[in-house]
Amino acid sequence: MSGKPMLTLTGVSKNFGGLLAVNNLSLNVHKEHICGLIGPNGAGKTTVFNLITGVYPCTKGSILSEEVDLTRLKPYHITRLGLARTFQTIRLFKNMTTWEHVMVGQGFRPRSDTRGIFPFSRTRERNLRDEAKEILVLLGLWEVRYRKASILPYGIQRKVEIARALALRPKLLLLDEPTAGLNIQETNELLKTLNKIHELGITILIIEHDMRVIMELCDHIFVLNFGQKIAEGTPGQIRVNEQVIEAYLGREE
Amino acid sequence: MSVYHLDLLSALGINILLALSVYSPMATGQLSLGNAGFMAIGAYVSAILTVHLHLPLFPSLVTGGVIAGIFGILVGFPALRLRGVFLAMATLGFGEIVRNFFMNFLGRVTGAAYGFRGIGDTPISILWIWSWVIFFLIFFFFLSRSRLGLTMLATHDDDTVSELIGINIVRLKIGAFGLGAFVAGVAGGLHAHYYLYTEPEFFNVWKSIHMVLFVIMGGMLTFWGGVFGAGVFTLLPEFLRFLHDWRGAFFGVMIIGIMIARPYGLLTREILQFDFWLPGQRKRRL
Repeated sequence: MSGKPMLTLTGVSKNFGGLLAVNNLSLNVHKEHICGLIGPNGAGKTTVFNLITGVYPCTKGSILSEEVDLTRLKPYHITRLGLARTFQTIRLFKNMTTWEHVMVGQGFRPRSDTRGIFPFSRTRERNLRDEAKEILVLLGLWEVRYRKASILPYGIQRKVEIARALALRPKLLLLDEPTAGLNIQETNELLKTLNKIHELGITILIIEHDMRVIMELCDHIFVLNFGQKIAEGTPGQIRVNEQVIEAYLGREE
Repeated sequence: MSVYHLDLLSALGINILLALSVYSPMATGQLSLGNAGFMAIGAYVSAILTVHLHLPLFPSLVTGGVIAGIFGILVGFPALRLRGVFLAMATLGFGEIVRNFFMNFLGRVTGAAYGFRGIGDTPISILWIWSWVIFFLIFFFFLSRSRLGLTMLATHDDDTVSELIGINIVRLKIGAFGLGAFVAGVAGGLHAHYYLYTEPEFFNVWKSIHMVLFVIMGGMLTFWGGVFGAGVFTLLPEFLRFLHDWRGAFFGVMIIGIMIARPYGLLTREILQFDFWLPGQRKRRL
């Protein structure tokens, strides 16, 4: 178990005009862990993602990634520092093919934006293409690479989202309910893929309602309720935590 | 070629430039109804430079374009806060400000409402116009195949997500607006120096609407769409002369027909998905 934190939230709060969506939340995501963020609907999980990625500014508190303060940075800046995310409701670019989704994800790694317009720097372009191919093969998207992503089946669209995020070469991958709407077979496939991604050395923070996925995948779990962290620990600890059972997991009759 | 054909070809060239000037901001999801304003700035600035300061044509055209581009960037900042129809209204307002400015001010230099005469010292041939057209076509061709072109499309489709995949959308959108204004400015300069005369009424709202129409009808997701739209809308009216008084009405019906049959315009990315038209695509193997 490596001890260094990849992401640190300290006393983070978010107020939406009187509604306290996230309340004094502190958590540490360790390097090369897979961490789960769970809790009932409306607990503030997606808001936490939006705060981390800079979509909303924090009302209070600070967010650090490897000693870089993200609290006041713009979303594109945070992304370039190596934090990539997917979305709870699939948000793909409706006019792009699968291949283009990966390309556009790669495109804005430092300085490639201005150079990409010129026809030279072929080696670099070839490297990026090889990398794009690897990502597409890893996620099993190679066959559909020239298809418009927005007309692909739902389960595959989820993978395109992950492919786009991976193309950013993230250090930390934030997944917002990646198995929502998938059947059991697709979920199992995704589990395998996520393990492979993890083996590449990418830290993962995942929001998920499927307890089987969470328990199988995560090293560490945070439980949120009404914007507050009510528990954290290993899957074994969370499973027997009284408060968590009360608020979220439910009791077996 | 007869004068008629030359005039038609020059109008076609200028319209292609104007279509590209609207395409550029539209490619990042910004609808500009004020490009006639940028065109006017380019026309007047370049004409003042050649007529009153006796500068050669080329630097005058570029200066006109650059100044129009600077105004484009200035308009681009407030435009960031506006979307869709609201942005269209704001840019329309800008275009009218520019037209009214040249209508009412600088009368001694530009003739104001009487029109700017005496540009005749530096007449230009159609080759001037078409060299610029070819230059910008090559530029937009490389842009459309580049990763930068893809990021523009991403911003067009969803700017929140674009920002979350690392795109600085502020810079991109303002840049696209400025580029469009620059192209419009050059087109304005060419227009003034080809027709040897210019007046504020050339640059009214209709002009702006026309340019937008080229792009929307031709297809707004690839620059070829605007080029194609400019071609259709410049040449087709000439072929429809046999309809006499019904020409305008027929044209209107055609616009409605195109919008029903092809809501995304005549040319779409799917049509162009061949070997080399779009970035990163080898031939489609399905």
